[in-house]
Amino acid sequence: MISASNGHVALAFLAPALLVMLVSGIVPIGFVAFYAVHDTFAGNDFIFVGSQWFEQVLTSRQFYAALAKSMGFAALALAVQIPLGIYIAIRMPAAGTLASVLIVLMAIPLLTPTIVVGYLWKAMTLPKAGILFESLQGLGLTLDMNNPVIVWLVLLLMDAWHWTSLVVLLSYAALRAIPEDYYRAASIDGAGKWAVFRFVQLPKLRLVLLIAVLLRFMDSFMIYTETYVITRGGPGVSTTFLSHELVQTALIQFDLGEGGAISLIYFVFVAIVSWLFFQFIVPKEVRA
Amino acid sequence: MTRRLPLAPVVYVLLLMTPVYWLITMSLKTNGEIMGRFTFIPQEPTISNFALLFSDSAWYIGYVNALIYVLINVLISVIVAVPAAYALSRYRFPGHRQLFFGFLMFRMMAPAILLVPFVQLASDLNIFDTHIAVAIAHCFFNVPLAIWILEGFISTVPRELDESASIDGFGFGRFFFRLLLPQIAPGIAVTAFFCFMFSWVEFLLANALTAVDAKPIGGVMTRAGGVLSANISMLSAASVIGLIPGIILIIFMRKHLARGFSMGRVV
Repeated sequence: MISASNGHVALAFLAPALLVMLVSGIVPIGFVAFYAVHDTFAGNDFIFVGSQWFEQVLTSRQFYAALAKSMGFAALALAVQIPLGIYIAIRMPAAGTLASVLIVLMAIPLLTPTIVVGYLWKAMTLPKAGILFESLQGLGLTLDMNNPVIVWLVLLLMDAWHWTSLVVLLSYAALRAIPEDYYRAASIDGAGKWAVFRFVQLPKLRLVLLIAVLLRFMDSFMIYTETYVITRGGPGVSTTFLSHELVQTALIQFDLGEGGAISLIYFVFVAIVSWLFFQFIVPKEVRA
Repeated sequence: MTRRLPLAPVVYVLLLMTPVYWLITMSLKTNGEIMGRFTFIPQEPTISNFALLFSDSAWYIGYVNALIYVLINVLISVIVAVPAAYALSRYRFPGHRQLFFGFLMFRMMAPAILLVPFVQLASDLNIFDTHIAVAIAHCFFNVPLAIWILEGFISTVPRELDESASIDGFGFGRFFFRLLLPQIAPGIAVTAFFCFMFSWVEFLLANALTAVDAKPIGGVMTRAGGVLSANISMLSAASVIGLIPGIILIIFMRKHLARGFSMGRVV
């Protein structure tokens, strides 16, 4: 093991990455922190106002409503995508042409730009033209985009369409890493499908699932472009998520202070979630 | 193991592809046909949308711009992440854990949070509406991800390789480029794939940091979009072309998509 005295060598290797992160991460966060404790007119003169913006945000009903909606959306998105992703991965053929074809096709939504996802799903809900609208019509149902429940279902379906394959691909890769002997041993022990899943596959999937959960949670939690294109936050404010609230405040009302405060609160939230995750994902046996 | 048609994955993929197929049919229809009657196959297919996309620079430059900043971003991310991942994999120093955590945290940050500072910084540095501005902005989520993936790959390379190289009198540079890099080549491919993916699909920052010269296709679509139902055919065609770089990349990466992952920490 290379000791702490070689720390300066490590630092030299880390320097380029740290420099890039300084410019693209730390300095911008510094700006946000500055905005959060100042008031400004047109972004020229800044007056220190202390915790005023935080008090305003943390006592705002709108903020908690947006937070709850984002949490709810991310939780529901995970509840659909994680089990579905694992199930599809388990049922995938281990190798062969069909497996490659399926993998290539299922990866397409992952590389679809968010704006295109938004347009596609918005178009799908249009009467006469939209495939989702018309399919439901064929079943005798009307896709009422003025009904918040329906709109939420459409957004969840869209997010599942966009991202479930990430869970599938990650799980599939982890499953392929399980030696055939494990399955043989399990079948000698007379293990059923569920037992194989519970005691052979799931333990191997643990790490990858933690990663999938974290990536998926964070991205669904702060979803912006797709949902904005489809709903503009409506009907009413039923799909005005935290990110919409933030962009609206900071960019459209140009309320830098309040936007900064929301951002910093979010930053703390990310730090806590990441720390909890880090405690899980970087256990001793992995980091040794 | 029983060999039969894997029904669930096939159905899943068919469901995923239905909207894509439908998008392609719309791109070949006229607005009149789309809004008139629902059809699965274009009645009078036309490629006029695509002809316009490829002949009008206002449109096709959008794809070029997006590709430029994505490729710059992938290049920066991989180049700075390889040595950083090596350091995190091979050295233990005070703050090691905290540093790993710090990187991870930035990956979890939402672009919306950093939107205003990025626009402000880009104007201050006179790089607003340039590809490099978007490429650097996208680094805050891609560099940590790249380090994370590559650290996993490098950790699978036995430490003995480093040691035997130094015993054989290899200089560090020779070891790094001749021995280590080939070992982690699949890891670099996977990393590049992920960086490409997250930079290519991002819209909020890319659109806010550009005006004309570096406007990505998403921004061009938004500007040209207006009322969706009036431009649905053109926007569909623009969307279809927007899928192509991703599809090409996936086809190149198809072997690594599953096998490559399983070597890195991402799995």
